[in-house]
Amino acid sequence: MSRIRQLDVAVSELVGDGDVVALEGFTHLIPVAAGHEIIRQGRRDLTLCRMTPDVIYDQMIGAGCARKLVFSWGGNPGVGSLHRFRDAIQHSWPVPLEIEEHSHAGMANRYTAGASGLPFAVLRGYAGTDLPEHTESIKTIECPFTGEKLAAVSAINPDVGIIHAQQADREGNVQMWGITGVQKETVLASKRSLVTVEEIVDELEPRPGSVVLPKWAVTAVAEVPGGAHPSYAQGYYERDNDYYQRWDPIGRDRERFQQWLDTEVLNVERSAR
Amino acid sequence: MSTETQAVSADGTAGAPVPEFTTDEMMTVAASRSLRDGTACFVGIGLPSTAANLARRTHAPELVLIYESGTLGTKPDRLPLSIGDGILADTADSVVSVPEIFNYWLQPGRVNTGFLGGAQVDKYGNINTTVIGGDYADPKVRLPGAGGAPEIAASCQEVLIVMRQSTRSFVESVDFVTSMGYGRGGDDRQRHGMTGRGPVKVITDLGMLEPDPDTRELTLTHLGPDIEVEQVREATGWPLQVAEELSVLQPPTDHELSVLRELKATIGGTS
Repeated sequence: MSRIRQLDVAVSELVGDGDVVALEGFTHLIPVAAGHEIIRQGRRDLTLCRMTPDVIYDQMIGAGCARKLVFSWGGNPGVGSLHRFRDAIQHSWPVPLEIEEHSHAGMANRYTAGASGLPFAVLRGYAGTDLPEHTESIKTIECPFTGEKLAAVSAINPDVGIIHAQQADREGNVQMWGITGVQKETVLASKRSLVTVEEIVDELEPRPGSVVLPKWAVTAVAEVPGGAHPSYAQGYYERDNDYYQRWDPIGRDRERFQQWLDTEVLNVERSAR
Repeated sequence: MSTETQAVSADGTAGAPVPEFTTDEMMTVAASRSLRDGTACFVGIGLPSTAANLARRTHAPELVLIYESGTLGTKPDRLPLSIGDGILADTADSVVSVPEIFNYWLQPGRVNTGFLGGAQVDKYGNINTTVIGGDYADPKVRLPGAGGAPEIAASCQEVLIVMRQSTRSFVESVDFVTSMGYGRGGDDRQRHGMTGRGPVKVITDLGMLEPDPDTRELTLTHLGPDIEVEQVREATGWPLQVAEELSVLQPPTDHELSVLRELKATIGGTS
């Protein structure tokens, strides 16, 4: 049964050093405030899973939270590179970063297998690419019915899955809408889950195309208005494209990054941005 | 040569003035014209997105745009900055989950055209967006990685590649195969059990390359207006084959140019 918690309490209850953690949200509804709280609590040696690491994982990697990254596209969307991610891979700064690299289709299927309680998923993917050579969690499998060669990818079952949604009710039922990515799969694949929401309402109003996660499928809910900024929350605020642009020079420079970390995350109770 | 700023001026031979345009604009317009009305196109961000949206506003109003964020049949009134911008969801026929977009819509071959770019392409249309130089564990440059591209390249009925041409980007053999084109040439795609045809055109700022029907080696078939064959050879990292009958791309029309420029002014906007 999901419990309504303060963000800092929920993170300290759910996320421990060395955990496999997935913060999902495909451009939309990225749980940025929860990521900052993980940084503030000084978690280390995490295996971070996320299809598109985005600025939030750049920040968490730069802050030294991660030992390993599992991902499928590591850029700053519409801007360019993630420089903390590159610095960690190319120069082991601030700590070495192991990577496990997939395609989007592969990652989406890994979460689906995890949510389905299966050890792996099958897809027509990775054929002719160099990815299987470097990624242990991609194998070739033969279809037992047709003999076709297909890709198999192992399930992802994170210790903790974290997502952001628009609303929850007072009992902890969650509703999100717009682009909902792999968030449902992430929550259902994870041993424990945290959903941060824009607001807690008396009653969830049905919306076309929305995804509802019943309270018994979620471990904890925290009300964090603006918790997806600089990504967006449809119906609440738009994507802060300028932030993504401004991140580029900060992320490029270790000193500027450290300064940003001190003033924007570490020495504040809750990140302004 | 700066591809950003080089302008081609009117030659006036046909009497009608030809508008000035950059080689980048020519590339985007040529890419846009390659999309047929009424077909479905899986769109990547950047040049492919600009070209696909231009097509929908010009010759292909019924073009179905699909972005990997799960937006099917989206009709954005401005250019998105990312593949998951809110405008894509707001204007879509349907918004589906990411597992669904790949498994139900892309994988079975429902999508006519996949539209890709990359950091490197080789003479068999294989694309690299992963690492350049060194080896995988210790690369000279770490690029973003695969995203949706490997399966777009495999499962769309056909693939268009749009990239600026230089010896750095057009290489004999890519440092890493992120997305397969024709592999090592010939019938390599069939050997890998691929359902889609693979890259049918590579559209660049200098012209257009198409695969040889037998060897699948990319061959220059079209030149951009006022571009010389020698220029294209110099911008290619392998000995470039040139088609016997070489055509010249039709310059952008006034209408295409004005729509394109209007569109580009809207990128990432939040109107």
